[in-house]
Amino acid sequence: MSGSKIISVAACLVAAVMLTGPAYAEEAGIFDEYRAMFGDDNPAIFVIEEGEEFWFASQGPKQATLESCDLGLGPGVVDGAYARLPRYFKDVDRVMDVEARLRFCMQELQGRTPEEVDDHPYSLRGDLGTEMEALVAWLAEKSRDLPIAPGQEHDKEREAYALGEAVFYYRAGPHDFSCATCHGQEGMRIRLQALPDLTTHEGAAVAYSGWPAYRISEGVVRTMGWRMRDCFRQQRFPLLDMGSDVTVALQTYLAVTAAGAPMAAPGLKR
Amino acid sequence: MKIKITFVLWLAGCIGFVQAEDMSSALNAGFKSINQVGLDRLEQDPLQAFCSKPREESGDAAVAAELRETAMASVVLPGNGDYLGSWERGQQVANNGKGLQYSDNPEEANGGNCYACHQLDPAEVAYGNLGPSLTNYGARGQSDVMLQYTWTKLWNTHAYNVCSHMPRFGAQGILTEQQLKDVMAFLFDPDSPVNNLAE
Repeated sequence: MSGSKIISVAACLVAAVMLTGPAYAEEAGIFDEYRAMFGDDNPAIFVIEEGEEFWFASQGPKQATLESCDLGLGPGVVDGAYARLPRYFKDVDRVMDVEARLRFCMQELQGRTPEEVDDHPYSLRGDLGTEMEALVAWLAEKSRDLPIAPGQEHDKEREAYALGEAVFYYRAGPHDFSCATCHGQEGMRIRLQALPDLTTHEGAAVAYSGWPAYRISEGVVRTMGWRMRDCFRQQRFPLLDMGSDVTVALQTYLAVTAAGAPMAAPGLKR
Repeated sequence: MKIKITFVLWLAGCIGFVQAEDMSSALNAGFKSINQVGLDRLEQDPLQAFCSKPREESGDAAVAAELRETAMASVVLPGNGDYLGSWERGQQVANNGKGLQYSDNPEEANGGNCYACHQLDPAEVAYGNLGPSLTNYGARGQSDVMLQYTWTKLWNTHAYNVCSHMPRFGAQGILTEQQLKDVMAFLFDPDSPVNNLAE
């Protein structure tokens, strides 16, 4: 990376950090009341338990567990690992989010095929949850209350941030939508659904810290990867690939903007 | 001229740290075709490319003016100055958020999803606020100029506001001419609930 590029990336980062606004309530009104009825209960606790079981389950042709999977803090270290993602992994020479890394470990450690791992990672309507959702829920729980601190030291981590920002503003498709169409202004909503302004620290922090989340309306835990895939569906884009450079880049952009805020996932959403 | 070029390059340094080719290959590798939605959806036309700058940075004014002119030239007005269809059908178009998503049935008519962003019938409380309220729109006037302005806005909003967030309902083929006429009636007809305000 050239010196001028480093400077311009630094300028972009500073600008992103400066773009902060007043505190933001993600969802208002009836959903708040409904959610309040749950009190401290979150059905995600059952999914979290399942996730732990999946981590220690022998699976795949190698009949191995995920126990030696390195999520960035060393083989098998799960405490605090989620909050430090996405980050650069030397063994694959790329930046990965939690789903990309789990996908990698399932193939490397357990000998599972990409086809099997990529088949149906997110619940469809009526499903009871997937292995990926459960593992992500458990790993997020292991980072609860810890500050969001994605990697930004390696060149590829900074490139991921820059790509993520460019994708965030990229307008395409028959409706000309980008992420910024809905998530680039303060105090906006689609119908009654409040939209976090993801260009501000506060908005990004609310959004990033709360995923994965148990979606009351769908009865399953949804991950940040799913959230992005479903946003692109509504943008009239094709299917976003789990663990792809695009989704990793967007999550890096979001996590860097949210950096410092405490993780609060699995959350509870409408 | 040199200052202008330097400025554009400076902007390109921040935005375009990601080169167009890198962006294109990342997008093509990051998405898969599904159902009726192919990877061609990821390609940008000049307007989309111009309006994809981070943090609403403004672009070159001459390019913006050209894009506005191109947008204006794309507008196809309805024959015989016949702008208004049925407000009842227009109301359904305004309420329908489906269309062109890979989860939608391509055999079904697309919606306009107007309520996602605009207030219209004041009795509908589930309206978004990304766009201005259009309640009582008919009171803004019923002249040919007003009809043509509104038709143009629906057909290709960029004719007036180069980087408007609103979709190009006519120019991109999201809505048919008849659907646009129906939406027009929903906006203008004195009997439409948009204009028929309760005390």
